[in-house]
Amino acid sequence: MAQVTLNAVRKIYPNGVEALEPCSFTINDGELAVLVGPSGCGKSTLLRMVAGLEEISEGDLSIGDRIVNDVDPADRNIAMVFQNYALYPHMSVAQNMGYGLKNRGMSKAEIRAKVREASDMLNLTEFLDRRPSQLSGGQRQRVAMGRAIVREPDLFLFDEPLSNLDAKLRNQMRIEIRALQRRLATTAMYVTHDQIEAMTMADRIIVLNDGKIEQIGTPNEIYEHPASTFVASFMGAPPMNLLQGIAGGGKVTLGSDQDVLHTGTEGNDGPVQAGIRPEDVWPDPQGDLAFDVDIIEELGALRLLHGRVAGQDFSVAVPKDKEATTGLMQLSVKPGAVHLFDADTGRRL
Amino acid sequence: MADITETGVQTATATNTATNTATAAAPTRPKKRIKWETVGDHAVLIAGALLMLVPVYMILASSTHEDILIHREGLQFFFGDDGLENYNAALFEYGGFTNSVNGVTMLVNSMILGFGFAIGKIVVGMMAAYAIVYFRLRFATFAFWMIFTTLLLPLEVRILPSYEVIQQMNLANTYTGLILPLIASATATFFFRQFFRSIPEELVEAARIDGAGPVKFFIDILVPLSRTMIAAMFIIMFVFGWNQYLWPTLITTDESLFTLVRGIRQIMQAYADGSSTPEYGEAAALAIIAMTPPVLIVIFFQNWFVKGLTESDK
Repeated sequence: MAQVTLNAVRKIYPNGVEALEPCSFTINDGELAVLVGPSGCGKSTLLRMVAGLEEISEGDLSIGDRIVNDVDPADRNIAMVFQNYALYPHMSVAQNMGYGLKNRGMSKAEIRAKVREASDMLNLTEFLDRRPSQLSGGQRQRVAMGRAIVREPDLFLFDEPLSNLDAKLRNQMRIEIRALQRRLATTAMYVTHDQIEAMTMADRIIVLNDGKIEQIGTPNEIYEHPASTFVASFMGAPPMNLLQGIAGGGKVTLGSDQDVLHTGTEGNDGPVQAGIRPEDVWPDPQGDLAFDVDIIEELGALRLLHGRVAGQDFSVAVPKDKEATTGLMQLSVKPGAVHLFDADTGRRL
Repeated sequence: MADITETGVQTATATNTATNTATAAAPTRPKKRIKWETVGDHAVLIAGALLMLVPVYMILASSTHEDILIHREGLQFFFGDDGLENYNAALFEYGGFTNSVNGVTMLVNSMILGFGFAIGKIVVGMMAAYAIVYFRLRFATFAFWMIFTTLLLPLEVRILPSYEVIQQMNLANTYTGLILPLIASATATFFFRQFFRSIPEELVEAARIDGAGPVKFFIDILVPLSRTMIAAMFIIMFVFGWNQYLWPTLITTDESLFTLVRGIRQIMQAYADGSSTPEYGEAAALAIIAMTPPVLIVIFFQNWFVKGLTESDK
C-alpha cells in the first residue's frame, strides 16, 4: 500500500516537444485516480512515467516513501494492465500470471498458491492451462488483471484496459475492476478517454488536456463545478451547453434583450461564456429562453432536443414521458445551474 | 485423358473413369463435359512434375545396376539386382585417393556442415536482429543496412578473399573453416528483424514490469515466440548448407572432411582420370543418399515451414 506523489513532473521529448507540463498531485493510499482526457493529452505518457517505461524529464515521482525516478520498472513494485492485455502468447494462463513471481525467485509451490488464489478471485480456475489465444476478450482481460494481482503491488496502473471490449462487457468489467480494487485496497491509476468510465470508477478524476492538468477532483466536484469550459464540455454526456453572452447587473444577456439568464455575476461584468447542462433546463411556457428545436434524438430514458438559443447551439434533455415537438418553445433554467467562464481563457469565474 | 464429372471433380484413375462412364450412361444424369482449361492446367503441372521427378527416378533405378551396364547403355529405367551391393559400397567402402573416406564419413560431414551452418546462422541472425530491434543503439539502422548489403555479396563473389582469410587463420581443412564463412550473410538477420518488429511493444513493457531483463526476455519470450520462424529458417538453411559445393571443394583438401555432394564428383572423377571404369552404380547410390536427408527434413517440417513464413501467433 502506498501513496503516489508527483512533484512538478514534466516530460519533454528529445525533439523538444513538451508532452506534459510540470504537474503535481498526490494519490492517496487505496485511492483509485482516473486520468481522463482526449487522445494526445499526455495521460498515457504520465502513466508510463509512473510505470518507469518512460523517462521523467524533470521533477520527482515517489511511490510510498521512496523517490523512484531512477528505479527500474520491475523494482517499483507496480503492476500494469495494458490496453491489448500484452499476455505472453506462448504461455498458459497460469504461466502468464506467475512469470513475474518466477523472475523474483519465488518457489514453485508459492507461485502456484498465489496463482490459484488470484484465479479463484477472478473465476479463471478452469482456464489455467489454456493459452491466451483460446480465451475470449473478457477472459484475457481477467488474466491481465490476475497477472497484476499476484504480484501484490503497491500500485495498479491501468492503461485503457477496457477499450478493446464490447459495450456490454465493458460495463461488467468496469464494475469488476472497481470492486476488486476496493477489496484489495490497492492504490490505482487508471487511464481512459471515456468520461463515463472516469465518472463511474474514480475516487478522484484528473482531467488532462494538451499536456496540462485542467482539474483534479471527485466525480461530483468535476461535474458540478467544472474548472474550465474544457472540463465542462468533456465531462458529461450530452455535453454542457456553452453560450457567449455579456454579463452585467445580475444577468447574462445572450443575444437580444429577450434572451437573459438570471444569475449572480459578482463583478464579472463584460463578455463571458455561460454553461448550462442539458438536464438543468426544461420546457416551460412561462420560461425566459426562446428555444428553436431542429432535431429530436430518442435515447430511451431521455429525449434530446437539439436546436438554437439566441442563434447559438443548444441541447435540452427531457424525460421520456414529456411530449416534444420541433419548432419554437420557451425554456426555464434551474436556479443556480448557470456556470460562468471567462470569455477568453475559459477558466471558471 | 482425364475425365470431368458434372461437379467438376477430376478423376484420374481407371476405376473412377469406369464408374463415371457407368453413371453417365444412367438416363437421369446430364452428359458430362470436358473442361479443356482444367486439362491444360493439369497437363502443364504434370509435365513440370515429370521434368523434376524422372531424373531422380532414373538415378534411383540406375543405382541398382552394375557399373558396366550403365557405362554401356546409359541410365536405366527399371530396377536391377545390384542395389544392395551398390549401396553397401557407397556407404562403407573406403575410397578416394588416400582410401580414408567412405559414404558414412561423408554423410556425417554433410550433416555437420548442414547443422552447423543452419544453427550458426540462426543463432547469429537472431542475436543480431535482437540487438538491432530492441536496443537503442546509435547506429542500429546503419548497421542493419550494412548487414543487409551483404545479401548482394554471397560467398561466391568474395570467395578469394574469404579463402585467403581462412587460410591465414589456419582454418583450412577444419569444420570451422568450412562453416564459419558461410554463416556471414544477412538473410537470417533480415527475416528475424522483420519478425521482431511485428511483436507488439507492450509485450516488451509487460516483461520489463515482470522483471525480465534483456537475456530473460530473449530466452523466455522472444525465442519461444519465434519458434515457427526458427523452424522455417532451419529448413532453408540446412538444405542450403547441405548442398554447398564450391566452398567445401576449395577449403577441404583432406579427404576425411569431404561432404557427400563432393564425394559423388570424386567417384566420377575416376573416369576423367581414365584409370578404370567409373563406379556409376555407386555414384548413383551416393546421389540418392545425398538427396534423402534434405527431402526428409522438408517433408517432416513442412507444416512448420509454411506456418513460420505465413502466420504468427501473437
